Amino acid sequence: MSTVEERVKKIVCEQLGVKEAEVQNTSSFVEDLGADSLDTVELVMALEEEFETEIPDEEAEKLGTVQDAIDYIVSHT
Amino acid sequence: MSLEGKVALVTGASRGIGKAIAHELGRQGAEVVGTATSEGGAEAITAGLKEAGIKGYGIVMNVAEPDSIEAGLKQLIEQSGAPLILVNNAGITRDNLLMRLKDADWTDVLETNLSSVYRTSKAVLRGMAKARWGRIINISSVVAGMGNAGQGNYCAAKAGVEGFTRSLAKEMSNRGITANCVAPGFIDTDMTKKLDEKQRDAMLVNIPTGRLGEPEEVASVVAFLASDGAGYVTGETIHVNGGMYMG
Repeated sequence: MSTVEERVKKIVCEQLGVKEAEVQNTSSFVEDLGADSLDTVELVMALEEEFETEIPDEEAEKLGTVQDAIDYIVSHT
Repeated sequence: MSLEGKVALVTGASRGIGKAIAHELGRQGAEVVGTATSEGGAEAITAGLKEAGIKGYGIVMNVAEPDSIEAGLKQLIEQSGAPLILVNNAGITRDNLLMRLKDADWTDVLETNLSSVYRTSKAVLRGMAKARWGRIINISSVVAGMGNAGQGNYCAAKAGVEGFTRSLAKEMSNRGITANCVAPGFIDTDMTKKLDEKQRDAMLVNIPTGRLGEPEEVASVVAFLASDGAGYVTGETIHVNGGMYMG
């Protein structure tokens, strides 16, 4: 079973079309990984699906980096 | 055929333009799921498709009710997979001069003809975004551009659909999802059969082709927009009206 961190990073790679090596915990989706607004919506939807959880819009807005997403998933699932 | 392997959802497919669209998309190779508001209507769609040798079936969905849309889509996705072609065709009229128009006539027409388009489009986008391919085709009307006495509610809804479609096109086209409208003019369907002979004759005077359009002539344009060849057409409204209005 993969860790939350591995699963989050895998989804980030798939959704944003970036290589695993580029994805650091500190990476910003928009600034470092080139996500546009629609990418971030799709990323959140993919995370919701993978971890079978609902991420409200006001929480989703705060997920700026890979670590933010990991922390959110760990504390809400 | 060009739409082979794709699932197409067509709302309001039991008769008229919707039926013609469902059959044309089926002939192009799509698996077609048509909606009707009643069990009998859904069965008639299934029977009609079967008779034409087209893969597909009818389901019950009232596009004015969010719960009904959700239930219908769930059934369709379980049975056939996510639709990559959506044709929002279901529509009603409740004509009256504004001074006589009732609130219910306004809200019913807005819910069925406009809010439904928002709801069904939103519901199918996820599957289309994942596939990086999608076609949303909304059936508008010539009166969205022209205006029409006695159809303030219908014109408002259809003009709303066209504006919505342009926004959707801007949001989603970089995912391979196009959104367009087809605006039929005076087509020979039950909706236009409500008009009396005098009204029909008055309309025909303004149609350069000198006749009503056939549902199949709308369906062929929808099929074009659904095709891979139309991938660079988005946010557009294509008029199919025999020249009665040239935008």
